[in-house]
Amino acid sequence: MNGFGRNFVLGVSSSIAVLVVLAIVLTTFERPPVESVQRGFRGTGMELVYNPRTVAADLAAVRLPEVLDPADNDGPRASEIYENVKVLGNLSNAQFLRLMQAMTEWVSPEGSVENGGCNYCHNPENLAADDRYTKVVARRMLQMVHEINGKWQTHVGETGVTCYTCHRGQPVPAAVWSTTPAQGRSTGLLESSTGQNLAAPSVGLTSLPYDAFTPFLLQDHEIRVITRPDAPAVNRSSIKQTEWTYGLMVHFSEALGVNCTYCHNSRAFFDWDESSPPRATAWHGIRMLRDVNGNYIEPLRNVMPPERHGPLGDALKANCATCHRGAFKPLYGAPLLRDYPELREVRENAAQ
Amino acid sequence: MGYEYQNLFTRVQVRGPAYSGVPVARADEPRGGQVSFSHLLGQIGDAQVGPIYLGWLGLMSLICGFVAVEIIGLNMWASVNWDPVQFIRQLPWLALEPPAPHWGLRLPPLQEGGWWLMAGFFLTLSVLLWWLRVYQRSRQLGLGTHTPWAFAAAIWLYLVLGFIRPLLMGSWGEAVPFGIFPHLDWTAAFSIRYGNLFYNPFHALSIVFLYGSTLLFAMHGATILAAGRFGSEREVEQVIDRGTAHERCAIFWRWTMGFNATFESIHRWAWWFAVLCPLTGGIGILLTGTVVDNWYLWAIKHGYAPAYPAVWPHVADPGLMTGAAR
Repeated sequence: MNGFGRNFVLGVSSSIAVLVVLAIVLTTFERPPVESVQRGFRGTGMELVYNPRTVAADLAAVRLPEVLDPADNDGPRASEIYENVKVLGNLSNAQFLRLMQAMTEWVSPEGSVENGGCNYCHNPENLAADDRYTKVVARRMLQMVHEINGKWQTHVGETGVTCYTCHRGQPVPAAVWSTTPAQGRSTGLLESSTGQNLAAPSVGLTSLPYDAFTPFLLQDHEIRVITRPDAPAVNRSSIKQTEWTYGLMVHFSEALGVNCTYCHNSRAFFDWDESSPPRATAWHGIRMLRDVNGNYIEPLRNVMPPERHGPLGDALKANCATCHRGAFKPLYGAPLLRDYPELREVRENAAQ
Repeated sequence: MGYEYQNLFTRVQVRGPAYSGVPVARADEPRGGQVSFSHLLGQIGDAQVGPIYLGWLGLMSLICGFVAVEIIGLNMWASVNWDPVQFIRQLPWLALEPPAPHWGLRLPPLQEGGWWLMAGFFLTLSVLLWWLRVYQRSRQLGLGTHTPWAFAAAIWLYLVLGFIRPLLMGSWGEAVPFGIFPHLDWTAAFSIRYGNLFYNPFHALSIVFLYGSTLLFAMHGATILAAGRFGSEREVEQVIDRGTAHERCAIFWRWTMGFNATFESIHRWAWWFAVLCPLTGGIGILLTGTVVDNWYLWAIKHGYAPAYPAVWPHVADPGLMTGAAR
């Protein structure tokens, strides 16, 4: 090979190498500045990493609904005025109508949602009729909101939730999940689906098990795998089981926009003595989601039409991302419930 | 150019007639392959390519390795429904998983992890046959067996991860999947499950030898290259003379840090560091889950995991509180 040929080969190969490196840098790196916020004792690496640019964009993207004027609590109850009021019967007429109007804006606003407005749930011929599935679902969701705000203050605190916390002006919240069918496998003698090893967005594009929601956020499979000092017996948890827990934790991290050390000291993930208070909040959140998914959403599968089902025919359920949407607190902690005391007045089987 | 041709580390390529090497033993197979010359390869090594000695050990090793790669690759391809685009796109994510833990050490059906066992069998056979081949070639050339024993150290770690430890744990499911990202995620999960491998002293030793190897290699490589202008690659003819590259290298390190390895001992340093990296690593893996179930607690017990002051109010385990939802 002569000098020109050699230089040509070297030039082409180094140009390709530079292009590859450039592509990797441009597609995977984030433009500075990057700020770290120390959370734990110095030297433990417990810190959060933020880019002020993305934080500003995320904060600007938060849209809070306009708060309706407060309603007085005088006069006859809604259950005495209207027919078939099963859960909001304790409200005054003004409160009842205010909440109806607010729910329309939160879930099915006229204009932005197809067939939006009151008639998204109500039959205009007979507002009391239960012939639209959306009305049946909405009633059950009101009970769910009541349950979350009442029983699960360990997770939602005084901030509480309203329909808007998840729905954000859409009939179906943007981040929902359903049980994932076995992916792509052929039949016969080839390896059957192991529920992992695909580039899955649900676990942050790792190769971890991509449906950590069904076992942990619907069913109550054991999440803890590490041997604790107080462990009563031999710990038989496997590495594969650990990968499922790991997948769930990656979902937490992605859904809240935080890293592992927001809750854990990564040197001893199991150790509550070294964990930060949000870990306890998350622990209750897991139980809250099992309640929400198992007792409220999944039982509605037969009420919902097929287009509201996942590929296996189950309901579209909630996980951390449904409310959090990448923020450590949904809507960065905006106290939505404060302005809607009506939601605390949900009663089951109220007097007709 | 001057004397540049006298140095092996040079841009000038001196090319003689093709040389096949010493005759092979009578019991051996003939060498195969055409002899050719490559200028580009000559820039990073010897310009002569071939002949190669394959022999029946090499041939069997390649066949077994091919079978293993086929089993792994076809199962990976099936996992994306035989879609060639997705196979390329998601290749780093795809894997062949070992059997689920409930199979224990029994032989599962092919689709439940049997393929993993079979791929592991053929890959192990391939590696062991290749080891025998390396051993035989060393012997045939009258060399010492340092190369096969160094290779054996790597095989030890491979066997601990995929065979010996799963046997001791009583479950094939403890073994590593075949896959690029999956084996990395497995590694992280392994450390998490067993309470942080950071506190495993054999893990620490393994890292010492890993980083130590790179340090030694950098020192040795730099020393020999720096003395290249004095003919440092021609070690043997220099060791007894004054003013040679050898003596300059020795004096350089003695002046710099008071001690110098010799042209011979530096290679023992490097060999032992490299070999001890997988040897100690394998011991650390073997003890994990079999002898020690949580390395962090083990470190607490032996007093070398530091305690840090609390910065939050104490967080109690909600799972232990009475009346809490389970």
